[in-house]
Amino acid sequence: MQNALELVYWIPLLPLLGFLINGLGRRYLSKSLISIIGCSVIFASFILSCWVFMEVKGGNSHVAEYFNFISVGKLIIPFAFQVDALSSLFLLIITGVGFIIHVYSTSYMKEEKPEHFGRYFSFLNLFIFSMLLLVMGANYVIMFMGWEGVGLCSYLLIGYWFKNNDFNKAANKAFIMNRIGDLGFLIAVFWLIAKTGTVTYADVFANVSKLNSTDATVITLLLFIGAAGKSAQIPLYTWLPDAMAGPTPVSALIHAATMVTAGIYMIARSNVLYSLSPLSMNVVAVVGLATAILAATIALKQNDIKKVLAYSTVSQLGFMFLALGVGAYSAAVFHVMTHAFFKALLFLAAGSLIHAMSGEQDICNMGGLSKKIKITYITFLIGCIAIAGIPPFSGFFSKDAILLSAFENNKILYVVALFGAGLTAFYMFRLLFVAFTGNFRGTEEQRHNVHESPASMTIPLIVLAILSIIGGFVGIPEVFMQGGEKLNEFLAPVIPLKTEHLVSQATELSLMGLSTATGVAAVVFAWFFFRNYKRSEAGGLGKILENKWYVDELYGKIIVNPLNKLGDFFNSVFEGRVIDSIVNGVGKVVNYTSRQLRLLQSGQVGNYILLMVLSMVLIFVLQFFLRK
Amino acid sequence: MPVNYYIFLSIALFCIGIAGVLTRRNAIIIFMCIEIMLNAVNLMLVAFSKMHHLKNAAVDATAGSDGQIFVFFIMVVAAAEVSVGLAIIVMMYRNIHSVDVNFLNRLKH
Amino acid sequence: MVPVLLILIPLLTGLTAFFIKNERSVRSWVLFSSLITLVISLLGFTILKEEKYLQHQSDWMMAFNSSFSVKLDGMGQLLCLLTALAYPLIFWATWRVSYKKANNFFALMLLAQAGLMGVFLAMDALLFYFFWELALIPMYFLCSLWGGEKRIQVTFKFFIYTFVGSLLMLIGILYVYAQTADHSFDINSFYKVTLSGKQQGFLFWLFFIAFAVKMPIFPFHTWQPDTYEQAPTATTMVLSGVMVKMGVFGIFRWLLPVLPIASFQWGDIVTSLAVTGMIYASLIAMRQNDLKRLVAYSSIAHLGLMCAAIFAENKSSMQGVMIQMFNHGINIIGLWIVVEIIERRYGTRKISELGGLAQKAPALAILLVIIALANIALPLTNAFAGEFLMFNGLLNSAVTKYYVWFTAFAGLSIILAAVYMLNMIRKVFYGDTNIITETATDITLNEKLALGVIVILIFWMGVYPQGLLNITNEITDSILKKADILPMLPKY
Repeated sequence: MQNALELVYWIPLLPLLGFLINGLGRRYLSKSLISIIGCSVIFASFILSCWVFMEVKGGNSHVAEYFNFISVGKLIIPFAFQVDALSSLFLLIITGVGFIIHVYSTSYMKEEKPEHFGRYFSFLNLFIFSMLLLVMGANYVIMFMGWEGVGLCSYLLIGYWFKNNDFNKAANKAFIMNRIGDLGFLIAVFWLIAKTGTVTYADVFANVSKLNSTDATVITLLLFIGAAGKSAQIPLYTWLPDAMAGPTPVSALIHAATMVTAGIYMIARSNVLYSLSPLSMNVVAVVGLATAILAATIALKQNDIKKVLAYSTVSQLGFMFLALGVGAYSAAVFHVMTHAFFKALLFLAAGSLIHAMSGEQDICNMGGLSKKIKITYITFLIGCIAIAGIPPFSGFFSKDAILLSAFENNKILYVVALFGAGLTAFYMFRLLFVAFTGNFRGTEEQRHNVHESPASMTIPLIVLAILSIIGGFVGIPEVFMQGGEKLNEFLAPVIPLKTEHLVSQATELSLMGLSTATGVAAVVFAWFFFRNYKRSEAGGLGKILENKWYVDELYGKIIVNPLNKLGDFFNSVFEGRVIDSIVNGVGKVVNYTSRQLRLLQSGQVGNYILLMVLSMVLIFVLQFFLRK
Repeated sequence: MPVNYYIFLSIALFCIGIAGVLTRRNAIIIFMCIEIMLNAVNLMLVAFSKMHHLKNAAVDATAGSDGQIFVFFIMVVAAAEVSVGLAIIVMMYRNIHSVDVNFLNRLKH
Repeated sequence: MVPVLLILIPLLTGLTAFFIKNERSVRSWVLFSSLITLVISLLGFTILKEEKYLQHQSDWMMAFNSSFSVKLDGMGQLLCLLTALAYPLIFWATWRVSYKKANNFFALMLLAQAGLMGVFLAMDALLFYFFWELALIPMYFLCSLWGGEKRIQVTFKFFIYTFVGSLLMLIGILYVYAQTADHSFDINSFYKVTLSGKQQGFLFWLFFIAFAVKMPIFPFHTWQPDTYEQAPTATTMVLSGVMVKMGVFGIFRWLLPVLPIASFQWGDIVTSLAVTGMIYASLIAMRQNDLKRLVAYSSIAHLGLMCAAIFAENKSSMQGVMIQMFNHGINIIGLWIVVEIIERRYGTRKISELGGLAQKAPALAILLVIIALANIALPLTNAFAGEFLMFNGLLNSAVTKYYVWFTAFAGLSIILAAVYMLNMIRKVFYGDTNIITETATDITLNEKLALGVIVILIFWMGVYPQGLLNITNEITDSILKKADILPMLPKY
């Protein structure tokens, strides 16, 4: 039997083929054929990924080089894939969750025209391809290819309903904000090349001694700018909530489960570099935590169900960055995994809810749905419990790992993070209670049409719900089970294990108790306030939160408008009045002089002779005086 | 007689010629002025030629004769010029019924 | 043999084209001629690779020690291939455009091609200058006879700019010629000439202004948007796809190796100009309402990066510029084809008057999006490798102290490029249709094929840029060696 690791190139190649077939044949293939092709390539990739996962379990890793992408002088950038523990875990998440979401999409999008249906699936496949490229690349350049590729797919899918101009603007915003981050990433890569002469992970990490601390800080901070762009951290987070303009499965796949975690992957991958720079680590931790709190506060007052989930994603990503910043890389990866499960679940359940409500997204117009759409309700509830961090659901273990690492690092970080966790539980259950309990607040027509979604939508929900419940056990702490923390062990070849525990088991247990209590308390509060929700006008702080701290307006005022004004100034004033008038001035001077000189050519013979005589006299005089 | 007198006379003649060309509008008079200028030059040439001959006769019997030969050439050219020029003036008179050069400003357009 | 054919075929077929009065036959004739040229330039890569086929020398003006010396080296191969590739594409894509006196139009186009080939092949300074003008003069006529409403005014500006540049360069060439040991225009004599730092300093500007106008570099650029806007689109494609590369090429072949010290001394100033121009042009492009002007300003920004990268003087940046010259040509011709299609079919090129074309013309939309993404250097499209190498070279430059600033500011244009390209796509293709675009139809098979060729090239060069990099590997080494000032000035 051939070694699976030799076949890794098929993992991204299959989705690419799916993209090409669906993309080129979208006018000729039937919808069912498109769905089959779109889903089966991902499923095949998933099977291969499982196989690869089994192969690398024992600490194997494999680098497959195909050809030299760029080779200039001493700089050689091979087109190479690397599969090891970290990338294989991401492969599983991407292809696994990706497959589930593909299946879900087949019925969520079934009202689209066949050609648009084909377009949708080809974009999804392309996205999976780019994402796989991102995690499988054996060097930063291949990662960057995937990095920009997923950005592109995100752009295409956010603007999938391209007739709506607001959606297109959101798509542009996503792409451009990502590009800001990408620039940071690129410069970091160039810096690495300057100092180590290579971009291949293995060589870079072997050569870290060539980096002094300034270099390490600059590189890691620049990389973090890239990560902040892609993973929606302060100050580049505002695109993600707007990105909810895309179809809901897209939000689940790209803007919750996979693409936005690319930043976490990148930092976890570069953990060797980050460990060199405590300053960068602190920046990552503080920015992550600040984002987590900021986004959580905004989520408190949002009424669009997808917007709440989007801010919750931003907030959860902030927690992951906090974990990275305090050096708990594997905790961050753990949270990526569980978050992929429960956030995909929440989004898909929200999609099912929106479907049931005939496209309504405002939770103020819902209510009392718990009995009418049971499966959706229960799965949504599971998702909420998981994200709120209530044991033994998956979110509890991963969030707890993060809180514990924060506690070990700095008590203040821990307290703020705990507050954030409480907020998370509060706003998620607010969402749940407002949407599902109380009285129905929609129109009569909506009430009439409320229905449970078909099996192809509910089965993915159930699968993800099960994963959200049990997904946490791969990282169950040692205090509960001998030989726990399997995930850390698995990731050990890429992310060095932390040997000693800084806190005692008793402290660890009491911390868990505290966080659980916070979560439960927040849920109770939410129940108290929102079980019978009535719409009311927000004032004071509420209004600020509703308007997202006016960050978008601020960016518009201090960045976008001045740039546009500058562009206008250059275009209409500088270009025309300054540069052109210099050039045209040259022409005008020539024109003017010749017009004046023309007057000499009067046509009067006498004048000519007079001039002739005068010039002769002049020449004589000059010659007389100038001759030495 | 010193050569200076000839030079002064020649310059005077030349200036009269220039003044005439510049100030008069009648084509024939301008023409005559040009002739005066030419003859001023001729006079100068002859004068210098004589001076040269007197100085170098001992060494070279033909010294300075080239100047006098030159004068002949100029006279021939002047004669040719007169024939052509007068013909032009006649044509001009036929066309515009005047010999005033100020009417000859067609070059302007 | 190959280089002579590359020049002679367009020249002769161009002259013949003057006498073919039938419009259809003259079109076929020039397309045929350009395809032959393409085949020959491809042969230069493959079958006729040996040295003896790739160079030619014969007497020309022996009185001045100037000979007809042409050679197809790596850089020439790349640019001749671009020229040879561009022409059939242009003729094909503009097959439907009708011109008054088509025979003269196409004849002039081919003459310009002969000039371009000559510029890229000449190994003699006087010959270089000769072809430089041969390429430009047909352009003046093409713009002023077949251009838009404001053509006279605009061609006048174009003329002032380029002619002043050319004349300054001629003075420079003559000066260097006078300083050569054997009083020869041969390129090797030019390379061997020794000039003091002061002499190089003023010669640098004589040459550089000519090249900067051509590229164009801020602030010598204002002819470009106007000319691109007013010139017939086929001419614009030649101008922006191929002719602007003459400037870059000139720096590589004549400026850096002949005047290395001055290139080092003035490098910072030139790079600052280039980087300023990048930001400046990108900001203006953001506010354009005219598709042609938008593409023009985007081209200025891209050429600015190339100029900055050249003066970073290292292997990475130079190789990046080399392949970017080719790839930028491909991309921008693609963009012009799209603009041309839009203008011809829908009667306007005002962005504000268009919208919703993606519904009516999906094929056009897809092809344009791919080309536009290539234009903003998305990975796996052709421009990525070039920009990557150029930025990398800029940051790793050893000849300037300000490399971080240059890279950071130049990098801003990456973001701005995304802004203006995506906004253009959004306003023209997305959204709802309006009166103008309601009745729009999709592109024909012919147009799909022309754009398809470009898209294939985009992906091919994007996935495997090494193929192009190999072509120019040797020549960049030799240029770098000649431009290296370390042996001359020990103190640096």
